[in-house]
Amino acid sequence: MTGDRIIQVEDLNKSFGKLHVLKGITTNIHKGEVVAIIGPSGCGKSTFLRCLNLLEEPTGGRIYFNGKDISHIKEVAKIRQHIGMVFQQFNLFPHKTVLENITYAPIKIKKIDKNEAKEKGLVLLAKVGLQEKADVYPSRLSGGQKQRVAIARSLAMEPEVILFDEPTSALDPEMVKEVLDVMKSLISTGITMAIVTHEMNFAREVSDRIFFLDGGKLAEDATPENFFSQPQCDRAKQFLEKML
Amino acid sequence: MNLDFSRVWGSIPFILQGIPTTLQYTLLSVVFGFLLGVILSLCKISGIKPLDYFAQAYTSIFRGVPLILMLSLVYFGIPQLTGYNFSALEAGVITFSLNSAAYVSETIRAGILAVDRGQREAAMSLGVPYLLYMWDIILPQALKNILPALVNESINLLKDTALVSTLGAQDILRSAQIVGAEKYLYFEPLILAGVIYYVLVITLTFGATALEKWMRRID
Repeated sequence: MTGDRIIQVEDLNKSFGKLHVLKGITTNIHKGEVVAIIGPSGCGKSTFLRCLNLLEEPTGGRIYFNGKDISHIKEVAKIRQHIGMVFQQFNLFPHKTVLENITYAPIKIKKIDKNEAKEKGLVLLAKVGLQEKADVYPSRLSGGQKQRVAIARSLAMEPEVILFDEPTSALDPEMVKEVLDVMKSLISTGITMAIVTHEMNFAREVSDRIFFLDGGKLAEDATPENFFSQPQCDRAKQFLEKML
Repeated sequence: MNLDFSRVWGSIPFILQGIPTTLQYTLLSVVFGFLLGVILSLCKISGIKPLDYFAQAYTSIFRGVPLILMLSLVYFGIPQLTGYNFSALEAGVITFSLNSAAYVSETIRAGILAVDRGQREAAMSLGVPYLLYMWDIILPQALKNILPALVNESINLLKDTALVSTLGAQDILRSAQIVGAEKYLYFEPLILAGVIYYVLVITLTFGATALEKWMRRID
């Protein structure tokens, strides 16, 4: 599991005006690793995730992607091609069909041939079980289906790592499973993932490491076995008592 | 009262011939005004101070000065400075486009800001650069929301183009005035011109409603 470091974070700080959200996080994520990022709301876990693909610009510290310092890089768009992201609110493009959502970036950014992109898109759609929805607009999909399309869309760019920002939090309970199942099948392909989630059982089951954030700090960085059976800090103990 | 529409009956085709001219001014100005408006609106939301100030000042000036003054300035004033004589079409389209851009830039700016933040973030996270996602992802959604306002602006433009009759361009209004001058009748040809403008505007409105419905088909 512990291959090369794909993401390194050094003393990461992020402030919004006077609000100091991330207070010096240092860690790294290895190739092929699945990291679940958990913690109480307001602890900065989403901000941390969004810093990794520079949707939030760090106000201090450094982020390395494949050994390259990207914290203040100019060609952000180039880096982001290699870092997929799946959002809580799906953020599918409503004016494009499902297949167009998936093929848009490969065609426009990677300059892949249209027909080839479509074929690959259909394969991805089949992977998430939605091949028959290719020509439908997102407004016709359920929340779970939207999120599966969003996952396929991010996969279409063949990223090296995918960031999930609370991918099931906006879903009705009966749709959570279909999305988690897709994520599980992804994990089996060996792709690197960082997942901000409230699904403790899922985190426990699939992740290689747990990041527990509290008050903008990385309070715990442990294997799920250790974290869930013997959390080190009090805050994590309290948190787990409430969650489980 | 002295009304006699029968005397202008034969002149209707002549007045109708002004329609292509009016539409030509309108169409060109709508297109150029829109494109320039997009650029100005991007300046306004760019977060780059000089661009923002420029666009603000631009809008403020065109809002604050009568359109006919601007038109005269371009048509009569610029040749004095540059020696280049604009045709009525050039002067008209330039003035109306510049003016329209000032107004639609505000509309487009509001439309862009109203598009959900997540759309931008989704595009960014796919590695799509700024201008590309603005054009492909944000603008189409913004346009859908501001379509009614844009149609309004086009209607205003269509009516504003009547100002080119002061430059001698033979649009609908000018044609009506010529008929009036020939027959020493004013009320009837002007009413006819008014009806033509009205029908054009109504047609545009219906067309826009249909377009809006079509664009909302996927909601």
